[in-house]
Amino acid sequence: MRFRLLCIASALCLMLGVQIAPAATPEANDPWPGLVQDIFNNRPMNDGAEVIGIEMPYRAEDAAIVPVTLRTRLPAGDDRRVLRITLVIDQNPAPMAAKFELGPDANVTEISTRVRVNNYTDVHAVAELSDGKLYMTKTYVKASGGCSAPAGKNAEEARNRLGQMRYRQFARPGQGPASGAREAQIMIGHPSHSGLQMDQVTQLYIPAFFVNELRLWQDDSPVLTMEGGISISEDPNIRFTYVSNGAKRFRAEARDTEGHVFQKEWDVDASGM
Amino acid sequence: MAHGVSVLALLMVLGTSTLARAQEQELPVSEVAPKIFVHVGEIALMTRENDGATANVGFIVGDNAVAVIDTGGSVHEGERLLAAIRARTDKPIRYVINTHGHPDHVFGNAAFVSRGTVFVGHRNLPQALAVRGQFYTDAFRRIMGEQLLDGVRMIAPTLLVDGTTKLDLGSRTLTVTSWPTAHSDNDLTVLDGQTGTLFAGDLVFLSHLPVLDGSLRGWLKVIDELGTLPAQRVIPGHGPVSEWPAALADQRRYLTKLATDVRALIARGEPITVAAGTAAASERPRWQLFDDYNARNATSAYSEIEWE
Repeated sequence: MRFRLLCIASALCLMLGVQIAPAATPEANDPWPGLVQDIFNNRPMNDGAEVIGIEMPYRAEDAAIVPVTLRTRLPAGDDRRVLRITLVIDQNPAPMAAKFELGPDANVTEISTRVRVNNYTDVHAVAELSDGKLYMTKTYVKASGGCSAPAGKNAEEARNRLGQMRYRQFARPGQGPASGAREAQIMIGHPSHSGLQMDQVTQLYIPAFFVNELRLWQDDSPVLTMEGGISISEDPNIRFTYVSNGAKRFRAEARDTEGHVFQKEWDVDASGM
Repeated sequence: MAHGVSVLALLMVLGTSTLARAQEQELPVSEVAPKIFVHVGEIALMTRENDGATANVGFIVGDNAVAVIDTGGSVHEGERLLAAIRARTDKPIRYVINTHGHPDHVFGNAAFVSRGTVFVGHRNLPQALAVRGQFYTDAFRRIMGEQLLDGVRMIAPTLLVDGTTKLDLGSRTLTVTSWPTAHSDNDLTVLDGQTGTLFAGDLVFLSHLPVLDGSLRGWLKVIDELGTLPAQRVIPGHGPVSEWPAALADQRRYLTKLATDVRALIARGEPITVAAGTAAASERPRWQLFDDYNARNATSAYSEIEWE
C-alpha cells in the first residue's frame, strides 16, 4: 500500500513538474483518467448520483483541515450494499486520500473526515457496490489562500499527542436508542508528515510518517476500516453513523508507517448517546 | 572650462535620474520613533496588484548598523524597502529579523542577502520554511503571477532565537524574544528598549481579523504575557501603529469569543463544518477580512479544542 501510494505520488509529481505550467488551470490537465487507471485498474465508472454523495466546502478555508462528508444514498429496499468507498483528491501529490471498507453488518451510511487540499481540484468519491460495479460522484474545491498550508501548525503538540486515541458518541436527533442508530467519532493523535517536502537547507526530503490503517469494531464485528494516506489531516479524525448490534464495547486499532500499533477500546453507552 | 561644466552637468543629470529612480522605488515609510521606520501594509489579501505588500515592515537604525524587521510579500517589496533604507542611511544592514515564516513577511528576504547580513528567526522557523516553503511559492505563483514570484527564495535564519537574544546596533540594543505556539509556531517579537517600541509581528493584529495558524489557547496565554512588556507603542503585524498595551484589547476579545463559541459547539456535538459557519459571527462587523479568515480560524480552533 505504502509503496503503491508513493509510486503514485512521485509519478504525479513528475507529471505536474513536466506538464503543468504554473499558470495553467487544473482543467487543462485532467488527471482523472490516469487515476482511474492507477487506482481502479480502468474499471468502468457508473454515474454515482443515486448511490453516493460527497460534501465539501467550495473553498478550502484551511488547506490542512478540509472537512469532507460521504453519504450513501441507496434507497430503502435496494438489496445492494456499499462495500467500499474510495476518496480521491485529484490534484494532491498523493491523490488517493482514503479507502473505506464498510462492515457487512454495521450499516454505515455517513462518514466524515478531514483532508489536506493542495490545489484547486476535483474530489471524487467512488463507491463499490455488492453488484460488483463502481459508482462515481465528484465535487470541486478551490485551494485556500493566505498563509494556510497543508502542513502542521504546532509541531510540538503534534509530537506530544502521538498515539492518543479518543472516542465519542453523539445523539442522533429523531432517532431513539431503540432504532439502534448510532453516531460516533474516533480521533488519533498523529503528526501525519507527508514526506513530500524538501528541507530547503539540506535538500533532503523530510521522511513520511502517517497513519495508513485504522480499523473499528463493535465487539468483534467490523464497523469500518480506513486505509489512509498523506492527504488525511494531522490527527486523523473520523465521524460516522452505524447501527448497533447490541455490543458493549467499541474497539479501534491504528497503524502508522513506522509500524506503531495504537489500540484502545471503550464501553458503549447503551442509551445511544 | 566648458568641458568641465558639461561633465559636471552630465554628472548632475546622471545623479538626479538615479535619485529619481530610487525615489520612485522607495517604499513609503514613516518614522514612528527616533530612527525607527515603518511601512504600514494594506489591509488586504496578497495580490499581483498590491505586490504582496500587506504586512507591516520596518527598520531600526543604530549608531553602527541597521536591523530590518520583516521583508514583505515579494522581492519587489523587499527591494523597495531596501531603497527606503538607503535613502536614509548608508550604515550596513547587519540583521534581517523575520517575525515568523508567513509569505507576506518573508517573501522579500532575497532582496537583503549580502555578506555581513545575518538572518534572525525563531528556532522553529527553519522547519516551518522547509515544510511550507514550496507550497507557498507554488500557491502564490498562481495568485500573484510568475513575475513577482520569480526571485522569491526561502532564506532560513542562521541566528536562531530560543528565549531571548540581544542584538547590538551601536548605542541601541534590541531584545528579540521567541514565543510558544500562538499565531504560528515560530513567532518572534522585537523590542527597542530605548524608545519603548515593540514590533509584535502577527502576535498582534488591529483592524485586520487575527489569523490563527498555531494555537488559539497558546495565543490567549501569550497575549497576557505580551501585555506586561515595557513598551509605549506597538507595530502590529497588520494594522496601524498603536498604543501599548491597549492595542491588545480587540484581538483578545475576538480570540476569546472564538474559543468560547467553538467550545460550546463541540460540547453540543456539532460538527466542524457548523463551527466554520457560525463561531464568532458576532465579531463580523468589527473586523476587516472577516469573511476571508474567520471560517478558517474556526476550523483550526475546533481541531485544537476538541482535544481538550
